[in-house]
Amino acid sequence: MTTTLPLFAQLINLFAAILLLLSFAMLAQRRVLSLIDLFAAQGLALATSTVIVAYATKQPHLYFSAALTLILKVILLPWILHRLIRKLDVKWDVEQLINIPTTMLVGIVLVVFAFNLASPISQLASTVTRATLGIAMACVMLSFLMMITRRKAIPQVIGFLSMENGLFFAATSATYGMPMVVELGIALDVLVGMLILGVFFFQIREQFDSLDLQHLEKLKESE
Amino acid sequence: MSATGLLSQLLQLAIALALAPLLVGWVNQCRAWLQNKSAPSLLLPYRTIRKLFLKDAVVASNASPLFRLMPYIVFGAMCCAAAIVPSLATDLPFAYAADAIALVGLFALARVFIALAAMDIGTSFGTMGARREMFVGFLAEPALLMVFFTASLISGSTSLPTIVDTLAHRELAIYPSLALAGVAFTMVSLAENARIPVDNPATHLELTMIHEAMVLEYSARHLALIEWASALKLFNYSCIGVALFVPFGIVVEGADWLAMLGAAPALIAKLVVGGFALALIETLSAKMRIFRAPEFLGTAFLLAVLAMLVTQLLGG
Repeated sequence: MTTTLPLFAQLINLFAAILLLLSFAMLAQRRVLSLIDLFAAQGLALATSTVIVAYATKQPHLYFSAALTLILKVILLPWILHRLIRKLDVKWDVEQLINIPTTMLVGIVLVVFAFNLASPISQLASTVTRATLGIAMACVMLSFLMMITRRKAIPQVIGFLSMENGLFFAATSATYGMPMVVELGIALDVLVGMLILGVFFFQIREQFDSLDLQHLEKLKESE
Repeated sequence: MSATGLLSQLLQLAIALALAPLLVGWVNQCRAWLQNKSAPSLLLPYRTIRKLFLKDAVVASNASPLFRLMPYIVFGAMCCAAAIVPSLATDLPFAYAADAIALVGLFALARVFIALAAMDIGTSFGTMGARREMFVGFLAEPALLMVFFTASLISGSTSLPTIVDTLAHRELAIYPSLALAGVAFTMVSLAENARIPVDNPATHLELTMIHEAMVLEYSARHLALIEWASALKLFNYSCIGVALFVPFGIVVEGADWLAMLGAAPALIAKLVVGGFALALIETLSAKMRIFRAPEFLGTAFLLAVLAMLVTQLLGG
């Protein structure tokens, strides 16, 4: 391997790897509070990599996306989640449907799948970020996996939010970001969705005395 | 085979044998400092080995020849490994006898013999330690192999000198895959060398010990060889880490033997830093339950596999 990538591409690759690592860390995390911190860290890595892409490709609108990510996903959403947890008083360890090593192995399979899926697209692309598309897709799939394997409501919501992180990263790496209107729309959606889900948490807990979503699988009152 | 190669081979082996106990002493000293204890002498491991060699050996009455043979086999395997791992120079005539995979096999050979000897006497501690050792080993080995495979993918060869040559010649750049592999390798080394998150080298508490439980029955020269061998193992792992992840300053093929004078201080400086880092990790982390070990080593395996995949995707 004698050809060295330009410095920006190296930095983008580095942050892509960090994003992937953080996705796995979230998948393996047992505690809700650390999960939120990891989510904030993921947002920070995303914002930094977006700034680097913006600087490398001279796309000023990406700076706005990065700022939006920073405000929304690093500050606002973790703050709302922390507040929710304090109000609900739920600092339990996360319960998982399958144990952590198995989840990790499934995660590796998903990463291989995502990398294979992305490689033909990456070969056709000419953007500086083309190599990271596979990682972005892997992040999306890992967040999916997290939503599937978690039993309680809050980790599932964090999985949903981190999936949005992955999608955002995919958009940045495939096409240097979405149009501003779309991005603002998604950001607003996520924020409003978070607020509504916050109300839902209280409703679910009032009904079932717990945030375990398995209670929602029963359709009848009594069985 | 050149005269320079032979010289560097011999020098490297001599340095490994001589410095391995010093590295253990240095780690112990750092750990004592970090924990606000008065530190033992840097030379304590040498004195222990000397003391043990001077004593008379006691062997259990029902011990088989395997029990007596084990220290020599383990010590021999570790010496072999020390000759293969390029720590000072990559022009090693002996290194072509075994590649990275065989090196992992060499470590496995030592592990199997320690476990067999531990079960040979038939005490419950020995058996328990042997089982735990094999348990940790079977989880750590795949991760170690994956780390080597990542390095092999980058350099296109499983021969250690070639790998180190390639890595040492690359331009200075950010390689996410090597960073991931480095973390994975650190975790595996901690487990393989009976260090704190997995095992505690300083304890004889029956419920937690792994390595110490296996060698409880040994005394005198046998124990001295085992202690020396485990010091060599730590030294070898440190050298592998140095060679794979910070190979700067190593003497590459074709350099004259004067370069060796610069390589030795560089190696020692890196080992000093590495030993301090090891003491820091051991001080900062708590020993975990044995049943958490699969999770710990599973994470190491995961990181190593990720490193390999990222190498494929990002090209280094």
